[in-house]
Amino acid sequence: MGRKLLLEKAHVPGIRSYEVYRREGGYASVEKALKTMSPEAIVEEVKKSGLRGRGGAGFPAGLKWSFIAKPEGVPRHLVCNADESEPGTFKDRYLMEFIPHLLIEGLIVSSYALGSHATYIYIRGEYAWITDILEQAINEAKANGFLGKNILGTGFDCEIYVHRGAGAYICGEETALIESLEGKRGNPRIKPPFPAIKGAWGRPTVVNNVETLASVVPIINLGGEEYATIGVGKSTGTKLISACGNINKPGVYEIDMTISVEEFLYSDEYCGGIPNGKKLKACIPGGSSVPILPANLLLKTAKGETRYMNYESLSDGGFASGSMMGSGGFIVLDEDQCIVRNTYSLARFYRHESCGQCSPCREGTGWMEKLLYRLEKGEGKSSDIDLLWDIQSKIEGNTICPLGDAAAWPVAAAIRHFRDEFEWHVTHAAEAQTSNFGLAHYADPIHVPTV
Amino acid sequence: MSEIQLFKVTIDNITIEVPAGTSILHAARQIGGDVAPPAMCFYSKLEGSGGKCRTCLVEVSKGSEKDPRPMPKLVASCRTNVMDGMEVKNITSPKVIDARAGIVEFLLLNHPLDCPVCDQAGECHLQDLSFEHGKADTRYEFQRRTFPKHDLGKYIQLHMTRCILCYRCVFVADQLTNKREHGILDRGDHSEIATLIEKNLDNDFIGNVIDVCPVGALTDKTFRFKNRVWFLKPMDAHRNCPTCSGKVTLWNRGEEVYRVTARKDQWGEVEDWICNDCRFEKKQSSDWTIEGPRLIDRHSVIAQGHYAGTVGTNIPTETFKAVHAGRDPKLLMDIHSVSEVNPTDIELSLINGPAHSNNFNSNKD
Ligand SMILES: Cc1cc2nc3c(=O)[nH]c(=O)nc-3n(C[C@H](O)[C@H](O)[C@H](O)COP(=O)(O)O)c2cc1C
Ligand code: SF4
Ligand code: SF4
Ligand code: FES
Repeated sequence: MGRKLLLEKAHVPGIRSYEVYRREGGYASVEKALKTMSPEAIVEEVKKSGLRGRGGAGFPAGLKWSFIAKPEGVPRHLVCNADESEPGTFKDRYLMEFIPHLLIEGLIVSSYALGSHATYIYIRGEYAWITDILEQAINEAKANGFLGKNILGTGFDCEIYVHRGAGAYICGEETALIESLEGKRGNPRIKPPFPAIKGAWGRPTVVNNVETLASVVPIINLGGEEYATIGVGKSTGTKLISACGNINKPGVYEIDMTISVEEFLYSDEYCGGIPNGKKLKACIPGGSSVPILPANLLLKTAKGETRYMNYESLSDGGFASGSMMGSGGFIVLDEDQCIVRNTYSLARFYRHESCGQCSPCREGTGWMEKLLYRLEKGEGKSSDIDLLWDIQSKIEGNTICPLGDAAAWPVAAAIRHFRDEFEWHVTHAAEAQTSNFGLAHYADPIHVPTV
Repeated sequence: MSEIQLFKVTIDNITIEVPAGTSILHAARQIGGDVAPPAMCFYSKLEGSGGKCRTCLVEVSKGSEKDPRPMPKLVASCRTNVMDGMEVKNITSPKVIDARAGIVEFLLLNHPLDCPVCDQAGECHLQDLSFEHGKADTRYEFQRRTFPKHDLGKYIQLHMTRCILCYRCVFVADQLTNKREHGILDRGDHSEIATLIEKNLDNDFIGNVIDVCPVGALTDKTFRFKNRVWFLKPMDAHRNCPTCSGKVTLWNRGEEVYRVTARKDQWGEVEDWICNDCRFEKKQSSDWTIEGPRLIDRHSVIAQGHYAGTVGTNIPTETFKAVHAGRDPKLLMDIHSVSEVNPTDIELSLINGPAHSNNFNSNKD
């Protein structure tokens, strides 16, 4: 049983309310930080903790904080990215819904560390009910002196505002998020300048994921060094994984990053294996943008070593035979799933969500969707597969923001690992409409769970 | 010492010195010729423009003297500044050539290719771009996208299917008029230029969107279907205008003024913004003081008129009517109905692949 730092108290009855949260030891980190630590010391602690951004890119949080510009007389802002719109990722929702005060607590400490007196939570529009939960938590924190003017008599002022998005995946990209927060069209900005220099309203801004900011609470409570002892290598602390697809127990799990993928997928503590006696075919381990892996590369790396649920191990082998931790959306596909259809449905998503600013992403995503639809329907040609490969390679790396890459990678990985299945859709077009390519050699040898 | 710092930058093996803060694109333009990357969205007179079309991508093979590491991805030269000792590859990089051909293909993917009936033909940057950097064929086999039609009033004609979403016209409205009334609605490949509620664009300076539009998406309604630009003779002229500088280029045939535009430099950028009055309402030679012929220094069919020194000094006496055996130019107002080529009841963009005469014949029973 791994150690839980974030969700340990999430199921204490009434934890959503300030009284219960406080009784369970909540807001201790605010008292410790504001009364006994300097902002620089907090940044130092976060650096020591090795905490990496949980929003997808895994950039070290402490390092990011140390980049923030501090020009005289210009306000700075902390923005919490709660836009969570990546297909397969729903961990932030769980945290905010069940234990909202943890996020508020993390935000107060982080705001103090960064000198932000107006902090924003940019929340996905569809999470309407969570907006209410957060606003209530903010009001309670304020009524008890943890927000507003002169917090705990320390002289630090801070307000937290919740801003609802209007349902665009692209507004999770940090500069698009800032544009949207300013009331503009959610187009990503061209970098540089980076938000740490010129962010919201031209002021230095840090954007962090919900889980990243909530993790600041245990870091302050335990100390950065202690936090860093949990996990392995550069994957420190605990990570929330939202698991879905063909598994017995879909849900959000807090893991320490030392467990193997096999244990996570098959043990009863976590996903509980695949239902109905089916076999594992493939998995997208980190949210829809990361490369899909066939079963034989998911559980073991190309070198035949055990693959673990952490940043380094999941990306072992690069894109040729590995994937990424991403935002922790673990999507499992069993032998009845069609990779072509799955890839088409992802392509459709990215086409719909592209902001349309840059030509490769705007035009390329639509083209890939049309080709994949045709292949899926059994109307494709084998040259379409090479064409898809060429299109994705022309998008990747040539766009303003990483959405272009995120649209290209799933297509590239599907063709890289499942080319036979695409070809089968061309050569056995009629059959592909009624039956399924199945496991083929993708799970070769067939895996027998050992946990 | 208030000396400006100079940075040494090498582009395609040619080294020049430029002031710190210069973009790679500007440095390359100073070298000129093929070294200057094509730019479809950047416009030096519009703040914030650039970075979108990705045609100007270049490879930075050496970051700077201090940090010689190459940049991992191709960068947009219009929005990346030079560093001291930077080495850039444009046409000497196969990666750039390949990526650029890809971008051209993307830009043409949903383009209707209706150049034969497009007023921009001859001075269209997308035509030049595809000629110079594109491939002869497309691999796209699907229906091209179409849009509901929007009317922008009596001056400006919008053809959304031709738009490449460079955002230049949005910046013009933001920066030249006090209230922007059009913008980009929706997102992705269904985004479009429109006013939110059907509205006329009639700000004094809004006509400049026509000049900045690199393609035929925004054209001059007062010149629509009247002539082809390569038949016209561009002449610099000015008038005493209370609103703008009044410095324009007239596009004439004989005495007749067919069109008025701003004066454009060799990169296709205007020298001075002009007002709607000069552009749309002053179509008499007598409205203008003619300065002389304007040389068009661009890779384009409109640069073909080698008549420097003859036009302007010798005003041709023949009129359009005389040259066309008495036919009145009014008859040509609507090329479609007069010529019976591509009548307006056919939506070119609905045709898969290039239009063929069968497409038009099939409609007439
Ligand atoms: C298209 C796109 C969508 C994104 N969506 C989210 C999101 O919903 N939530 C999130 O936290 N980060 C998202 N990101 C990542 C953010 O840009 C940013 O890296 C992150 O908020 C930084 O926080 P972190 O350092 O705490 O991970 C997205 C990035 C891209 C390119
Ligand atoms: S990559 Fe896509 S989403 Fe990102 S800026 Fe370009 S068009 Fe917009
Ligand atoms: S209408 Fe013309 S200027 Fe405006 S975005 Fe489209 S191509 Fe650019
Ligand atoms: S001109 Fe540089 S990206 Fe368009």
